Amino acid sequence: MTKAPLLEIANVTLGVPALHVTIVRNASLHVAPGEVVGIVGESGSGKTMLGRAVIGLSPQPVRLIDGDIRFRGRAFRDMNAEEMRAIRGPGVSMIFQEPMTSLNPSMSVGRQMEEGLALHGGIDAAERRRRILAMLERVGIGDGARMLKAFPHEFSGGMRQRIMIASAMLLRPALLIADEPTTALDAVVQRDIMDMLAELTREYRTAVMLISHDLSMVARYADRIVVMQHGDIVEAGDKEVVLSAPKHDYTRKLLSSLPARAPSRPEIGDDPLISVEKLGVSFVRRGGLFSRDTVKNAVRNVSMDIRPGEVVAVVGGSGSGKTTLARAIAGLTDYQAGTIRFCGLDLSDPKGEARARYRKQCHMVFQDPFSSLDPRMKVGALIAESLRILPQIPKSDHARLVTEALLDVSLDPKLVERYPHQLSGGQRQRVAIARALVRRPSFVIADEAVSALDVTVRAQVLSLLADLQRKYGFACLFITHDFAVVEQIADRVVVMQDGMIVEQGTRDAILDTPQHPYTLKLLSAIPMLEPTETGGLRLKWRHAPETAAVLQS
Amino acid sequence: MNKSGINLYIGGLLVGVLLVVALIGMVWTPHDPLAMNFAARLAAPGAAHWLGTDEFGRDQLSRLMQGAATSVKISALTVIFAVVSGTVFGVTSGFLRGWVDRVIMAVNDVLLAFPGLLFALGLLAVIGATEYGIILSLGLIYMSSVVRVVRGTVLGLRTREFVEASAVMGNASLFTMWRHILPNCVAPLTVLATSICGWSILAESSLSFLGLGVAPPAPTWGNMLASSRGFLDQAVWLVVFPGLSISLSLLGINLLGDALRDLLDPRMRKRA
Repeated sequence: MTKAPLLEIANVTLGVPALHVTIVRNASLHVAPGEVVGIVGESGSGKTMLGRAVIGLSPQPVRLIDGDIRFRGRAFRDMNAEEMRAIRGPGVSMIFQEPMTSLNPSMSVGRQMEEGLALHGGIDAAERRRRILAMLERVGIGDGARMLKAFPHEFSGGMRQRIMIASAMLLRPALLIADEPTTALDAVVQRDIMDMLAELTREYRTAVMLISHDLSMVARYADRIVVMQHGDIVEAGDKEVVLSAPKHDYTRKLLSSLPARAPSRPEIGDDPLISVEKLGVSFVRRGGLFSRDTVKNAVRNVSMDIRPGEVVAVVGGSGSGKTTLARAIAGLTDYQAGTIRFCGLDLSDPKGEARARYRKQCHMVFQDPFSSLDPRMKVGALIAESLRILPQIPKSDHARLVTEALLDVSLDPKLVERYPHQLSGGQRQRVAIARALVRRPSFVIADEAVSALDVTVRAQVLSLLADLQRKYGFACLFITHDFAVVEQIADRVVVMQDGMIVEQGTRDAILDTPQHPYTLKLLSAIPMLEPTETGGLRLKWRHAPETAAVLQS
Repeated sequence: MNKSGINLYIGGLLVGVLLVVALIGMVWTPHDPLAMNFAARLAAPGAAHWLGTDEFGRDQLSRLMQGAATSVKISALTVIFAVVSGTVFGVTSGFLRGWVDRVIMAVNDVLLAFPGLLFALGLLAVIGATEYGIILSLGLIYMSSVVRVVRGTVLGLRTREFVEASAVMGNASLFTMWRHILPNCVAPLTVLATSICGWSILAESSLSFLGLGVAPPAPTWGNMLASSRGFLDQAVWLVVFPGLSISLSLLGINLLGDALRDLLDPRMRKRA
């Protein structure tokens, strides 16, 4: 490295002195001008706190306990509030994870974007407007003049993130901190935005500190990778080196958590357990006094079968109707057209005999283990509740079955006395799985069941689910946006777009020889890490993006 | 000790003292609170009358004790009435939704839109200014805010995944309501209930001050304050002690409410 670093973090320790908590320990790293440094770690690894410290926006109780953060050679320690403010914006800028909340909902987009320029730029209003319009165009938002007057709620998540990026880049910062910039977005949008961000920062020679839990995403865009665990930087180096020859155990664990494709299983030819025929779900939004009701068709004309013991994955971008489909099959959402059959019995009557039987045979695992467990019930009671409506199981057996269920999901049976908030995210999701499986269902619906978990935990929970599926042989409908999950667990794949099934088939057929352009587009949006002969990994796109583009047009 | 611990102790102490004084006041007072003694009119606090006497020579400590009994009784019954009826309507409204919800909320909004004390005054004028009249009218006023809070909480909880999980498990709606929704309403309800407790003590005092509460000569903190107005310059203790009793009770109840909310919520109980 010949150039002087733009940002230098030297032996930085961050913590909350009052509670004797250390968040980041003795971290050192540097960012050269124009360089993209990826910081990878799980939640609680301190990566976000480090990023915030760099822009001087640590949350209230967090202090810089030791070490120095130097920007262009000057230590933050020596700067007063005035000087820090001058750095924020043109020096260091930041984009946040949640575009829904990081824009002020009561201010028009134009005014929000103008704020920074007015503060730092020293340029007149006409010039500001010209620059904002140019930047909006640059980030892919057309009709800028009209958009300036619009408010954040009028934009989708992806558009808002584009606006965030545009307002951060307006000041041409020397360093941009991007904290999980696309985590809240679906894969296709994520790729478009990251490509745009990469291009824009390259053009402006802006260095980027890319903070993410998603190793493959960081590997795609970063020059160097820094791996953090429990507040320590455990490994740092050039991307190729870290990926191909990881030195630290934790990095190896992270790399190995990327799911590999499980061997495919013979197709099951039995009668379908669940059979969905021409299903249609629509939501009616009641109009006002003078406006008509509007109808949104969330699921249209969907037909699919799930055979006993089979894992069917439903994939699609956000708004594709995959969750609505799962909820309709679970009986949580009414459907207006078509039929759902369980073992050949029509489930349309909510009070009917068939529905009652189905209820006892079906269970669901939700996305967010923080909200799917009643916060006021202990783990034991939560799991036992699942046995309540099964009259054939005597109450005296409940405790034993709960213990067995906890052992099945590799949790200590002593946890029955705990409340959900005393467990980690992974433990909670295991409890949710135990609750679903304790009644030995023949059918389980998993709605993004591992998406909310950290990478390594996700891999554990997923392989646990796959093991249990093999052990108990339940059929499973797995809703996901993550193809890595599909590779590891699915037998068949259903691809949805705009409420309709565009393609379905065996996993290998869909992943290797996709037919529909949308499937191809989904697949090509996801960078994949492929094991190399030397034990490391290298980055690979599943399908060349050019092919997707050609197919699209 | 953390903040909620301190709240618990101070609040518990103040409310404890209030309850003990009220309980004793129901059965025994140092003097007869209604006995007049013109020889000792407006006597300053001293050995014979610890907190002094009023314009009729009645012992202020005895009157305060009996007033405490009245206040506690009225506010406790008001809270019970408001919380129980409000929860029933709120849960029904939030869980069933549809036209039941619309009817209940329409009536409730009318109640909510009425200035509270004005409504109570009107109702008391019709049914008569008795203890039970006060409880009924205050209870109705505060019920409307309980309905609002409970309905809002229920609406929020309905869409939570653990409530949906309960439906997927095959539990009946009534069971789900009882097992999952009601317990999760407890925290906001506790806070509201303690506030109502405080408000009703204050409202009862105001009503008595206006002459529409418990009728004199029976003492309440409100009518004691009211009758002391004319003697502010001669006997300041007639204002100070009933005023202090009201403020300290309210303080205690509010502190205890905060602490209870933290204690009742398992998420706040233990932060490892």
